[in-house]
Amino acid sequence: MTPRKMSLKQKYGAYTRGLDWKPTYQREDDVFPFAKYEGIKIHDWDAWEDPFKLTMDAYWKFQAEKERKLYAVIDSMAQNNGQLGITDARYLNAVKLFIQGVTPLEYQAHRHFAHLARHLPGAGLRVAAQMQSIDELRHCQTQIHTISHYNKYFDGIHDFTHMHDRLWYLSVPKSFFDDATSAGPFEFLTSISFAFEYVLTNLLFVPFMSGAAYNGDMATVTFGFSAQSDESRHMTLGLEAVRFLLEQDEANVPIVQGWIDKWFWRGYRLLSLVGMMMDYMLPKKVMSWGEAWETYYEQAGGALFADLARYGIREPKYADVAKAEKGHMTHQAWGIFYNYTHAAAMHTWDIDEAHMAWLREKYPDTFAQHYEPRYRKWREQAEEGKRFYNNGLPQLCQVCQIPMAFTEVGDPNTISFRVSEHGGDRFHTCSDGCKDIFDHEPEKYAQAWLPVHQIFQGACGGATLPEVLDWYHINQGADNMDYAGSPEEEQWNRWMEGRRPVVPVAAE
Amino acid sequence: MIKPVSISIQNTQDGFAIVEAILADNPEATSNPLPAMTKVDCPGRLVIRADSVSERLGREWDPQEIHLSVISLSGSVDEDDGSLIIFWR
Ligand SMILES: [Fe+2]
Ligand SMILES: [Fe+2]
Ligand SMILES: [Zn+2]
Repeated sequence: MTPRKMSLKQKYGAYTRGLDWKPTYQREDDVFPFAKYEGIKIHDWDAWEDPFKLTMDAYWKFQAEKERKLYAVIDSMAQNNGQLGITDARYLNAVKLFIQGVTPLEYQAHRHFAHLARHLPGAGLRVAAQMQSIDELRHCQTQIHTISHYNKYFDGIHDFTHMHDRLWYLSVPKSFFDDATSAGPFEFLTSISFAFEYVLTNLLFVPFMSGAAYNGDMATVTFGFSAQSDESRHMTLGLEAVRFLLEQDEANVPIVQGWIDKWFWRGYRLLSLVGMMMDYMLPKKVMSWGEAWETYYEQAGGALFADLARYGIREPKYADVAKAEKGHMTHQAWGIFYNYTHAAAMHTWDIDEAHMAWLREKYPDTFAQHYEPRYRKWREQAEEGKRFYNNGLPQLCQVCQIPMAFTEVGDPNTISFRVSEHGGDRFHTCSDGCKDIFDHEPEKYAQAWLPVHQIFQGACGGATLPEVLDWYHINQGADNMDYAGSPEEEQWNRWMEGRRPVVPVAAE
Repeated sequence: MIKPVSISIQNTQDGFAIVEAILADNPEATSNPLPAMTKVDCPGRLVIRADSVSERLGREWDPQEIHLSVISLSGSVDEDDGSLIIFWR
């Protein structure tokens, strides 16, 4: 008998469930100790089927091809002074924020998907988690390799893992992921695979990579798209995993809805860093945060939640708040960085006239009225030699850890904050969304490592700013402060000077 | 309302062929170019046919090669030997 070639579906079955076995001398509950404590009920693990029927053999083949393509670009960057191709040195600050804030999360994702690849009881999901774990490690490594080229020339990149664990604005992404990895396996899937990768990741990677492409950063585009090609698989996993939980038992619905509400809000707050990057840090702009939110959340998310309505799932709570805030969020976030540029490992700058015109056009209802006067005032102060630095330490939200600078919905002149009591202490949060999260699990969030509290407790190198910055490993006078007057600006101008035509071009 | 599905594809040689094939096989699909990528939207359902892409590339194209060109998508996915479908249930 001649063996016949298996169809994709048969092959997928053979390479996943076909490799599984039932434990005989150990109890199932002992083999998978994390599977039940969250209250999720699964009756038939075999009902899980991966929509992309990717098997390990094909996985290695395609991943190898992706790596070959990427490393050709990385080599070419190194051989051709790729750093000279970017539109302006200010652009590089977006890359700094990326490696400081996002790359370490890729590593965390790698670790936690390895955990799921061991601990999820279904073979199909375990195989998908195993592939994703390897993907995430690849993302971390390729980002480090790619960005290391810029580290030869630019500041603020040299000690990103150390900074990720300590800096005030990096505790925002760090605590987000710590929150997810310290949850159970199904909450993790809902938080990272569904809420973050399916619902929100387009807002992180697509504008970021389009922005990089538009600003001459070939290397970042290439690693970004290489990672995104895996991301489509991760997103699909997230959607199907949530659908699977919802189909398995009706009792799962309220649990999953609670996680969707929580992680939508956590993810949205995290994205304020990305929105700020889009609206403020790209010399050539692709789309505004407001536009990206409309395309990738309001339209795509609208279709998604309409589809999930059959299971009794509704849109995330507070999605309406995110919608109402979209004309304010990024301006307020940039304001925080402008205030605290002396304590950040990236630069800020004056918003010039062309940039203000763009912001007025993209945010006709909010920018001219609320934010433009602020920037003009700051410019005036800087010109008088009194550039404004905020020398106080801000209160941080106990949940999202963002400095408390966002305003009340519908009232952009009032700072929004909420108070909860727990164990005789008062805890402050930035919004109803963050307060709900705190109140649901106060024992968890009461333990948050808040950078400002830690400074006041004397846990961050000393009582003065220079001591704290040393403890952060910020190279003072190079990594921090405004772009104007920085060593990077001086270097960039020197490079560009060298690239002007030596022989004057005759006027036409 | 018919819920839209979408797929974003890299602007590469393979990517251009995939986008062309989608537009030819899905009359309601529209393409939106962005820097370095193209987003294709379609109401309800979108199919990528391997034979259509192969024809444009002048070589055998395996639907699993989509993993080399895709950036993002919106909708559920079903994949078999001859095609890849994005749809809402
Ligand atoms: Fe990743
Ligand atoms: Fe991922
Ligand atoms: Zn908060």
